Amino acid sequence: MRRTGLGVLVCLALAGLLAPWLAPNPPTVQYRDYVWSPPARPRILGPDGSPQGLFIYPPRLVDRIERRYEPDVTKPTSLAWFTRGRLLTSADPSVPWFPLGTDALGRDVAARLLLGARASIGVAFLATLGALLLGAVIGGVAGYVGGAVDEVLMRATEVVLVLPVLYVVLALRASLPLVLPPFTLFVILVVVLALVGWPTVARGVRGIVANEAAREYAVAARASGAGPWRILWRHLLPASFSFLGTQALLLVPAFIVAEATLSYVGLGFAPPVPSWGNMLQDAANARAISEFPWMLAPALAIAVVVFALNLAIERGDPLA
Amino acid sequence: MAVSVTHPLVRYMARRAVFAAMLVVLVSSGAMLLARVAPGDFTSEMLTEGASRTTMARERERLGLDRSIASSYVEWARRTSRLDFGESFKFGRPVGALVAERAGNTAALALAALVVATVIGLPLGVVAGTRSGVVPSIIRAASIVGLSLPPLVLAILLSWAAARAGWWPGASTTNPGGILWWSLDRARLLVLPVCALAIPVAATLERLQARAIRDALDEPCLLAASARGIPIARLRWRHALRLSLTPVLSVYGLMAGSLLSGSFAVEVVMAWPGLGRLMYEALLARDVNLVAGCAAAGAVFVAAGTLASDIAAAWADPRVREGA
Repeated sequence: MRRTGLGVLVCLALAGLLAPWLAPNPPTVQYRDYVWSPPARPRILGPDGSPQGLFIYPPRLVDRIERRYEPDVTKPTSLAWFTRGRLLTSADPSVPWFPLGTDALGRDVAARLLLGARASIGVAFLATLGALLLGAVIGGVAGYVGGAVDEVLMRATEVVLVLPVLYVVLALRASLPLVLPPFTLFVILVVVLALVGWPTVARGVRGIVANEAAREYAVAARASGAGPWRILWRHLLPASFSFLGTQALLLVPAFIVAEATLSYVGLGFAPPVPSWGNMLQDAANARAISEFPWMLAPALAIAVVVFALNLAIERGDPLA
Repeated sequence: MAVSVTHPLVRYMARRAVFAAMLVVLVSSGAMLLARVAPGDFTSEMLTEGASRTTMARERERLGLDRSIASSYVEWARRTSRLDFGESFKFGRPVGALVAERAGNTAALALAALVVATVIGLPLGVVAGTRSGVVPSIIRAASIVGLSLPPLVLAILLSWAAARAGWWPGASTTNPGGILWWSLDRARLLVLPVCALAIPVAATLERLQARAIRDALDEPCLLAASARGIPIARLRWRHALRLSLTPVLSVYGLMAGSLLSGSFAVEVVMAWPGLGRLMYEALLARDVNLVAGCAAAGAVFVAAGTLASDIAAAWADPRVREGA
């Protein structure tokens, strides 16, 4: 199950990287004639039941007020592989194909979902690396040096550990300028999330390092003249690698959710840059939710990623 | 039993209480300074409304924003130590009353969710951890699904389901009065937010409890107990459960934080007027007093959670109680 879980994550990350090629339409173009268009299901069998190759019945607006569409059976449009630099898209550029429908501005939800994976998974992945590094260094030093240093570091760890993650992230992010260029924002989110994620890592690493430091091989390394950093880095920290792996699997989903929540309240990635959080914000009002359920796609995407990672932990943790 | 000051449990609790107090002071001070250092201040908003330079300067002076950060921090600390939290810039109301009202809403949501999660999660965990077969597998699968639905996602999905099914609970207009009716009405409004918050927590508790009780069953003392002929059900539900509570309770101490985080997401999605939303509004408005007040309330919540779990751990495990 660990393989399955990690496989799903890698697939989604790849999907994010290949988004411009996988998506049938560009993510920022607003198709004014297709606002709130429902998903168009790709079909194979024609009306007479014979296979026709992949085609769609494009949605046709039947009620302008209620934004109700019906599949236009009079205009079957075939889908073409590898055209206009995309994997699979409508053969006729004037009749776009929306596999997951469109949003309030007529933008392709599928394209935004794929591109949003970049922001969501990218931030979570880098923030996890940061939190692991920070936690390993703090925990390693505390466990190896011991004494007063250990006491101070572990008190600090405990303080950060009990704080509600989202409140801290919110406070740190809100105390910076609200409008920032996307790249700056990306870096800030990574740093802020890493700053709240390290304590559990530090705690575990400290225990492991303190334990290992008393073992013979560590004593032997010291006797043969290795310096403290070398002992810590080369001899003691590797003992915590499997623990770090499990922690990574716990942190990535937590960070994906944190980023989504921040973007949802308008403090994360701002439009037009899509992220799963700010896409959910568009879905948030009651009318959109009940009448245009395809807008919930990012919620499902988050659930799928978190589920995949939970599967990975379930087998990965030797205690489970 | 006479409890002297030197009793290990008393010393232990005193140490934990000092930690809790430090936490509240640190967090509220940190939040106050953060809100003060952040670029822009409460009057920045007035600029967009076309206020003149002199009006803004006067407003700054009135709110004490013209003074240095150090001096306003000292003043704030002196005031707060007398439990006077000042007035909110944005709402023009005393911070104490405002925060107490919203924190009460969040506490109701979080406590209800914690109770629901405990009632569902722990017994399922005991079943999943002590038996083998189809039932534990189903529980385990359900838990993994539950864990994959963080409050943000669950709140949105539940709102969708509720809107679809037409059981969106609006405010009741036909209230015949009476405290019973009022509380029932309140409870009805709580159902969806509590579900959104409780399900992932219940799943976490189930997984944790299942593992803890499996470990407990391997302990030599339980082998000895079963050798003495204690029935298996009693062994599972009394002896092993008690032994497994220590690791579970230590996680309860951290639960306050994750409940607050989850509650924030639920509050935002489901329009629940709680502490998280108030803090968010206060942060954006650079309402210094209110930010500090909200942070203090959050810290009190978390500190109470850790203290409660410490006490419970001491009750459940004599080894903690004796300070061993």
